[in-house]
Amino acid sequence: MNAFEYARPQSLEDALALLGDSWGEAEILAGGADLVTALKQHLVEPKRVVSLRDIPGLSGVEKGANGFRIGAMTSLAALLEDAALCAAFPSMASAIQGVGSRQMITQGTLGGDLCQRPRCWYFRTGHGLLAVENGTPLVENGDNRYHAIFGNAGAAKFVSVSSLAPALIALEATFTAVGPGGKTREIAASDFFHTPQTGEERETVLAPNEILTHIALPDRGRKNATYEVRHRHGLDWPYATASVAFDYEGGRATGVRVVLGHVAPVPWVAGAAAAAIEGKAIDPASAVACGEAAVMGATPLSGNGYKVQLARTAVKRAVLAAAGIPLEVS
Amino acid sequence: MAAPQWPEAKDRALLGHRVTRLDGPVKASGRAKYAYDINRPEMLYAKLFASPHAAAKIVDIDLSAAEALPGVKTTWRDESVIGGEAQYQGQVLAAIAAETEELAHDAIRLVKVTYELLPIKINDRDPALAEGRDASKDEGDPDAAFAQADFVHEGEYGLPVVAHCCLEAHGQVAEMRDGDMYIWPSTQNVSRYVDSIAENVEIPASQMHVDCQYMGGGFGSKFRPGRWGIICSILAKQCGRPVKLMLDRDQELMAAGNRPSAFGKVKIGAKEDGTVIALDSLLWGTGGMGGFREPSLPYVFTNIPNWRRIGKRIPTNRGGQEAWRAPGHPQACLFMMSAMEDLAAAMKMDALEFYKINCVHTDKPELYREQLDIAAELIGYKQKAHLRGEGGTGTLRRGLGLGVHMWGGMGHPAKCDVTIHPDGSVETRIGTQDLGTGTRTALAIVVGETLGLPLEAVTVNIGRNAYPEAGASGGSTTIGGISASSRLAATAALNALFEVAAPKLGVAADALEAKGGLIREAAKPANAIAWKDACGLLGPNPITKQGENVPGESQKMGLIDAGVGGCQIADVTVDMETGVVTLNEMVAVQDCGLIVNLKLAESQMHGGLIMGITYALYEESVYDPTTGRMLNADMEFYRIAGLKDIGKLKVHMMTGKGHDERGVIGLGEPPVISPGAAISNAVANACGVRVPELPLTPDRVIAALRKGGVLS
Repeated sequence: MNAFEYARPQSLEDALALLGDSWGEAEILAGGADLVTALKQHLVEPKRVVSLRDIPGLSGVEKGANGFRIGAMTSLAALLEDAALCAAFPSMASAIQGVGSRQMITQGTLGGDLCQRPRCWYFRTGHGLLAVENGTPLVENGDNRYHAIFGNAGAAKFVSVSSLAPALIALEATFTAVGPGGKTREIAASDFFHTPQTGEERETVLAPNEILTHIALPDRGRKNATYEVRHRHGLDWPYATASVAFDYEGGRATGVRVVLGHVAPVPWVAGAAAAAIEGKAIDPASAVACGEAAVMGATPLSGNGYKVQLARTAVKRAVLAAAGIPLEVS
Repeated sequence: MAAPQWPEAKDRALLGHRVTRLDGPVKASGRAKYAYDINRPEMLYAKLFASPHAAAKIVDIDLSAAEALPGVKTTWRDESVIGGEAQYQGQVLAAIAAETEELAHDAIRLVKVTYELLPIKINDRDPALAEGRDASKDEGDPDAAFAQADFVHEGEYGLPVVAHCCLEAHGQVAEMRDGDMYIWPSTQNVSRYVDSIAENVEIPASQMHVDCQYMGGGFGSKFRPGRWGIICSILAKQCGRPVKLMLDRDQELMAAGNRPSAFGKVKIGAKEDGTVIALDSLLWGTGGMGGFREPSLPYVFTNIPNWRRIGKRIPTNRGGQEAWRAPGHPQACLFMMSAMEDLAAAMKMDALEFYKINCVHTDKPELYREQLDIAAELIGYKQKAHLRGEGGTGTLRRGLGLGVHMWGGMGHPAKCDVTIHPDGSVETRIGTQDLGTGTRTALAIVVGETLGLPLEAVTVNIGRNAYPEAGASGGSTTIGGISASSRLAATAALNALFEVAAPKLGVAADALEAKGGLIREAAKPANAIAWKDACGLLGPNPITKQGENVPGESQKMGLIDAGVGGCQIADVTVDMETGVVTLNEMVAVQDCGLIVNLKLAESQMHGGLIMGITYALYEESVYDPTTGRMLNADMEFYRIAGLKDIGKLKVHMMTGKGHDERGVIGLGEPPVISPGAAISNAVANACGVRVPELPLTPDRVIAALRKGGVLS
C-alpha cells in the first residue's frame, strides 16, 4: 500500500473536517476488514485514512419505544450478542452468522458491512470498478458466474455484497448520515444504495465528506427471515440471498417486503415478489409463487443463469422461514 | 546378530503403533521455524516483478526508477526474456531486494517494462485447439468389441487446472558467509536442492549449505528451487547480505505450479453380465505451454482387453504444470470410475457389484474385492445404497459413489548414518525432509525399534544437505527410503555394539538382542546389560554406520515394496433446488504394506481426503478469457474446504498378514486419487444425472439438472 496520513479524530466534527470533497482523497476506517485489503491491492490510494474508532456515540445498540438505534461502528459480534435485537430480527442474526468467520464478525462493523466495496474479481484484480480493458467490457465477455442477474443493463455488473442491507431494507430501516457543518440527513435504507455509472462513483449515495453514523430499525413485531445459498460453511460469500419481512396477523401476510442480495449492483427490492403474497396465507405454494415472481425479468449474463434458480429458491425459503414453516427435507 | 528384516508383530515396541508426532509441540507452539520464519542479521527482503500479461513480447525492462528508491540494495532482471516473450501472467521478469518488505513492494511498482501484447491462448475446453502430434495407444480390437457389447455408454468428463496451494509459500532465505552460501528453503528435495542454484551463482555445490527443518507442504511443486530460489541466491551473492524471498499468495497460485486440466469423452462397453470388454477415450487438456500428458486409461482396470486412447495437448498461457500429488491419477480415476458407474447405471446394476465383477480386469482382483467389501461395510452400503436417481423425490437427496485407485510407492535411494555414542545417546543423520507427514517421527520409530530404545532416546537429524543423501519426497517414496536406510544403519551399528558387549555378557555377539533398553542374551534374557552401560564399553569412540537403501535389494530383503490399491466411498447430499453438494461421509480403505506409524498413516489419509474433497467440490483456477489473467489468485475465490465442509472421514488401513511381510510402502499419493471420482459418482447417484466436470459447484450441478430435465 502507499504511505498515507493516519488520523484518529476524537469527534465527529473533527472527522468530517478531515474528509475530502472528492473520492480518493480520504478513506474512512471502521473495522478495516475491507479497507486494509483494498489499500494493499492499491484499489484505493488515499492521502489520508480517517479512523472512526475514537469517536464517542458511534457504537452500541439502544432499544427505544419504537425500535432500535444502532451505531454504525457497532461490531457484528455485538449485534449478535444483543438478545433483544436478534429475537426481534432473526433475519439480521442469520445474515451475520452467515459471514462464517468469527474473526470477521468480531472485527467487522455494521457501517462497514453496508459501505464495503464490491468483490467483483475484475475490480479486485485491478481492472476498475466497471472492468473495461482496451474498450472491451470484461465481465460481459468474461467469467461472470458471480455477477448480477438484475439491474445489469448499465456498465455495472458487479453485485452488492452487504450481508445486512437486504434485511435492513426489508425491515424498513433508516440510515443517518452526517456531512459538512454537522448537517444530518436521514436516508431510507432502500435509497442508500446506488448503481455507479462511471468507475469513479461509489456504490452508495453518501458524499465523500459524509459519514454514516446510525441505523434506526423500527420494531413492529414483523415476521422476518434471511436465507442465503452458500456452498462452503466457513468464511465465504453466498451465491444469492433473500431477506423478507411481513406482518402476519390472522394468517395473512401484509406489508410484504422482499429484498435479494448478491444479485444486482444494489440490494434488489423485488416488488413483484412482495405483491405475489400480499394479503395471502403463507404456505409452500405461495412461497413458490413468491420466488417465481422474484425472478421474473431477470437478465442473467452468459455464465450466471444458475443464479436465477438460486435467487428463486432463496426467496421461497426465506418466506417459509419467516412464517415458521420448516423446509421440506427428505 | 541383529538382522535387518522387520520384527514380527509380537516383537514390535514402536513399529506400527499409534505414535504421536515428535514435532507436534514445536509446531503447535510456533517454535518450529519455517523458511518464512528465518531472520538473519542485516537481512534484505526481495520481491518479484512478474508479467501482468498472459502473452507479451518484452521490449525492455527498466529498473532505474526502482534502483533510485532509497533502501533498494540490489536488483535482478531476466536478460534472456528481453526481446523474447512472457508466456503467462505471473512470469518473473525482475526482482528487487530492499531494506524492508514494504520498500521492496514499493520498488516493484517502479519497475517499467515495455510490452507488445500478443494474442493469448487460454481456452482448454476445445480439442480442436490441440497442437503437436496426438498421443495414441491401443490394445486389442476396441471397435469389434463395442460391436459385441450388450451395453455401451458414452460420457464426457473433465476437471480444470488447479494449483498446489501449499499452506507455506515457495521461497527461501540465502546468505553468503566466507565464500559459502547458506540457504533456508522450503523444499521437498534437501539433498539436491542446490544443484541448479550452484550453476547460476557459480559457487561449488560443496560450498552451499541447505537447512530445511519444517515444511508447510509441497505436493510436488517444491522439488526444485524454482526461479525464485535461484534469484534469491543471486541477489544474496550480489549484495553480500542475507536475502529473504518468499512468494506472495497471488504469485503462489499463478506461477508456482499447476495440475493440468483434463477433459474427454469416454466410451465404455460391457457384456450383459457386467463385464467390461471395451474402452475408448479421447482426452485433452493443458499444463500451460507444455507439459500435458493424457491421463492413462484404462485406469486400475488395466486388463480390459480392448481399448484405445488418444491424447491431445492444448498449449495455453498459464503458469507451467508441476507434479501434483499422484500426477495424472486423479484425472484418470475420475474418467474411469465415472464411465464405470455411468455404464452400471445405464444397465440398472448396483455400482458396487459392477466394480466387483470387473475386479477381474485389475492386477489385484482379490485385494480390490476385499477393499470394496470393507469400504461398503464401513459406510453401511447395504442400508444406504440405491440405483442412480432412485433416491426419492425430496429436495435433499442422498447418494453413494465409489472410486478405486492404485499407486507404486517404492522407497527411493537413500543413505542414513546412525551413531551410537559412548554415553548411550543415539542420533541419525539423513538428508531427507519432513513435509509435515511425519518423516522425523518415522526415523525415530525405526531406529528406536531396532535398538530396543524408546522414541525419546533417538535424536533425529534431517533437513541438511550435509547429511547423507536421500531422495526427493515425491511419488510416495520417502517412507520406504528412510525406513530401509535407517533400519540398515541402525542394525549395523547395533551389531558393532554387540561385538563390544558380548565379552562382558560371556556370549557370542550373534546371541544378543536389544530390547527394552537392554542388551541381553536372546535365549537367556536375564543375562543383560543396560544400554547405557553397554555403550560405556565403547571407550572414546562412537559407532557410526551407514545404511543405504538400494530399492531392488531392500525389496528382496522384505524391507520395502511397491504397488498398492485403495477404495473410497462418498456419501453426499444434493440440494436439488440450489445444486449445493454437502459431503456427509467418506470412507477410505488402503493398503500400504508394513505401516511404520499407524496414527500418522491415518493422518496422511485424512490429509489426502481433505485435499481430494477440495478439488472435488471447490477448487479451480479461473482465467479470464479476454486477458488470460487469473481471476482468483487469492484465498477468497480460490476456494478450499474448511473443517465444516469435509463431513465425517473414516479411514481403514489394511495391516497384518499379507501386508506386513511386504515391507514399507509409501502412502503420500494414494488417498488423494479417488475422492473426485467417488464424490462425482455419489452426486450422480443422488440426483440422477452426471455432473460432468469438477468441481461440483452449484452452477455446474444446476446446469446438469437442467440438461437432464430434472430441473426446468
